[in-house]
Amino acid sequence: MKVALFVPCYVDQFYPQAAIATLELLEKLGCEVHYPKNQTCCGQPMANSGYEHLTGGCNNLFIDNFTGYDYIVCPSGSCTLHIKEHLHSHENEDKALEIRKRVFELTEFLVDILQVKSLEASFPYKVGMHQSCHGLRGLRISQMTELVAEPFSKPAQLLSMVKGLELVPLSRADDCCGFGGTFCVVEEAVSSKMGKDRVDDHIEHGAQYITSADLSCLMHLEGILRRQNSDVKVIHVAEILNHSI
Amino acid sequence: MSSTATKDHPQLAAIFNRDEPRVDWHDETLWWVRAKRDIAAHKLPEWELLRETASQIKNNVLSNLSTYLEQFEANAINNGIIVHWAANAEEHNKIIYALLEKRGISRMVKSKSMLTEECHLNEYLLKQGIDVIDSDLGERIVQLAGEPPSHIVLPCIHKKKEEIGDIFHEHLGSAKGESDPKILTETARQHLREVFLTRRAALTGVNFAIAETGEFVICTNEGNADMGAHLAEIHIASMGIEKIIPERKHLGVFLRLLTRSATGQPITTYSSHFSKPQDGKEIHIVIVDNGRSIQLGREDFRNSLKCIRCGACMNTCPVYRKSGGHSYHTAVAGPIGSILAPNLDMEKYADLPFASTLCGSCSNVCPVKIDIHDQLYKWRQVIVKAGYTPKAKTLAMKGMAFTLSSPIIYRAAGKMGRFMFKYAPFAVNNGANPWYKHREMPKAPEQSFGEWYAKRKESKK
Amino acid sequence: MSSRENILAAVKANQFSQADLPGLEVLSTLTSTNDDLVEKYKTIGSAGGSFVYAVADYAAIQNILHKEFKPGVKIISGIKELGEYTYAADVKHELSHNFADVELCILRSNLGVAENGALWLTEEQMTVRVLPFIAQHLAIVISKTTLVPTMAQAYEKIGDATYGYGAFISGPSKTADIEQSLVIGAHGPRSLSVFILP
Repeated sequence: MKVALFVPCYVDQFYPQAAIATLELLEKLGCEVHYPKNQTCCGQPMANSGYEHLTGGCNNLFIDNFTGYDYIVCPSGSCTLHIKEHLHSHENEDKALEIRKRVFELTEFLVDILQVKSLEASFPYKVGMHQSCHGLRGLRISQMTELVAEPFSKPAQLLSMVKGLELVPLSRADDCCGFGGTFCVVEEAVSSKMGKDRVDDHIEHGAQYITSADLSCLMHLEGILRRQNSDVKVIHVAEILNHSI
Repeated sequence: MSSTATKDHPQLAAIFNRDEPRVDWHDETLWWVRAKRDIAAHKLPEWELLRETASQIKNNVLSNLSTYLEQFEANAINNGIIVHWAANAEEHNKIIYALLEKRGISRMVKSKSMLTEECHLNEYLLKQGIDVIDSDLGERIVQLAGEPPSHIVLPCIHKKKEEIGDIFHEHLGSAKGESDPKILTETARQHLREVFLTRRAALTGVNFAIAETGEFVICTNEGNADMGAHLAEIHIASMGIEKIIPERKHLGVFLRLLTRSATGQPITTYSSHFSKPQDGKEIHIVIVDNGRSIQLGREDFRNSLKCIRCGACMNTCPVYRKSGGHSYHTAVAGPIGSILAPNLDMEKYADLPFASTLCGSCSNVCPVKIDIHDQLYKWRQVIVKAGYTPKAKTLAMKGMAFTLSSPIIYRAAGKMGRFMFKYAPFAVNNGANPWYKHREMPKAPEQSFGEWYAKRKESKK
Repeated sequence: MSSRENILAAVKANQFSQADLPGLEVLSTLTSTNDDLVEKYKTIGSAGGSFVYAVADYAAIQNILHKEFKPGVKIISGIKELGEYTYAADVKHELSHNFADVELCILRSNLGVAENGALWLTEEQMTVRVLPFIAQHLAIVISKTTLVPTMAQAYEKIGDATYGYGAFISGPSKTADIEQSLVIGAHGPRSLSVFILP
């Protein structure tokens, strides 16, 4: 199967190690991975701010880069969700439709498509799992606490295959971190309070690392942790799943 | 109260967040109500089916609303109820004043109605010389405090018991420093009992209006709607056009969902069904539009009219919990308020759909499955196109769109950004950068993923 | 055009295409478990603040009432079998305000709901609408054979009955408006006692 790697813009620029880990992990699991080098961004920052009408150029560039693959895998729940729900093009709507069907967030790709049952990975630390809202309620990569339904979690399922890793319980399993795109600066007071409260929850329960399927959440939480001079670090799930001693 | 009219949600939320322990208290209290809702919902294995059924019933209502309204009116009139129609808030207020003035009534007791908050009825009647006393305990507290309610179900959730004690000491004669909720409630009971026994007019809201039978239902824990209505000569009930449900048996769905969603109780203490007036007394219903028919015509936003005013979306919303209802500067706050208010005045409420991270929690606790977070996203597109966002933001977004549609410009911009972070951190690490207020900026890596990949490709050749 | 015409016209113009009403049969079937309704009612009624007593007969009810309520207080009963009290029908033409000093009101209900402790009373059982609200304490007598599992079955029983007024009453009046602190006895009765007869 031909797999294209879709790397979110801020991951490309600020957290390349998460994209590297994603690439290495997929290759370890037997995928032929291509990285379309002219990709930039999914357009979500503009769309979520009310400027969806400006994303035409972005969308067409995305379609140019990602047409012709069996799967497009992305280490970000929010970017994947945005493409799934909002990739449209006047000129190339059928290509857009194809891509929307084939784009997957990393953990859902590993669990649902590759059906990974074991991993050669170890990460002997206490880890707090942050459920990014778009992955959780948008992509349904885990069950949300609002619904009366069977619990499940694709990221937790994968993390349970990692030697030595201990997932810590949290007081609020899926409360939002407060990043929210431009929300983080437009509503700075509430955003940083939301992030601080999430960080406190993880710290209270002894987490040494906070992980998530979404680096936008982690970037925001990391900003708060580092401001507090905390020893707690953030790490993307891909880096944990790809980690060996 | 008028000072909040000139500030928007981000400003009001920032003021609210100056007192962090108070924010924590507000947040924990509302989260606890959300947690009680979860416990109640999990006791019913059929909960999700109930939500789906209620959602479909309300979809049917919205698609046949004119027929149901006429049916409701005909049946209500047949039962001896007098029906009035008000196109807007002003007309609603005038109709009610006329009913009181005609009978020489100058004092009225009111039980909770968010619609009357929306119409600013109390202020209007006060100007006409009518004394209105709110009988719901939470509403009475904010009335005495001179504030609007901050939550549609828990009106004074933002007030601490000591503050309530001070208000009661000043206005109702309770002992100074008394803050025991039992004693304060007893004080209110005695005070309001005297009000119920002496008012000739009572005004209530309507939770559900049944088209099939012309009856309407009011749900309270306190019994204040019934005390007022049964002792008054005239009972006036205000309802929005969207309060209709088709048949009496549908109450078997909605009354199972409403209070569990609102407070986690299986049902309110009283679910009162009013059909006919008592002998020698009158019941009047005022059916109000006030922008609802316009919202009905907005395909993307009409589902907001399914709302049964349970408040679950507010209890779960992290932004509401950490900014308080008054930050929304509108009668109905929180997620549902943010998709209803722009319809009333898009410019005034342009900030509200942006007071959200689009986390989606609201949509998933909504008992009638309103797609609240999707509507928040869609309102943002409408508001931007209508020109109600700051010019600086539009410019920035156009710049971003330009950069991101070209791989070459994007890569150059990324490289320059990382360079700046590394060699001129003070350019971003300063007070002008809102991110920097409470967070460190991310560290700039040596190379982007794209650069690393290109090198790897080279070295593999 | 009047506001009525304008509003109806605007609504009609903005309505959209058909969305059918869902059936309620699945929900009704799912919730039609009739096990242990008395136990369930007791548990949930008590959790809501009611005093729930399963009793054998009216004599048992009288014993409990004698214990709980002093002699000499104004008690009005809608139940003929509790003959020692003022009979509601005899005073139904008095002004509603005259009942302000009623200490206890005892009424009958013919329909109780186990899932939420609610009891259905119409104006017929109340005799005077304000009675079950203005009394300081309320007691309701019900036969266990009239308990149903949920509101779905309750409305099936109510059917298309006509009433001028009816209410589900599920406990004493209460409020949690002050810092979410539950206080029993807001504006309505300070207590609800429910007597479940065979």
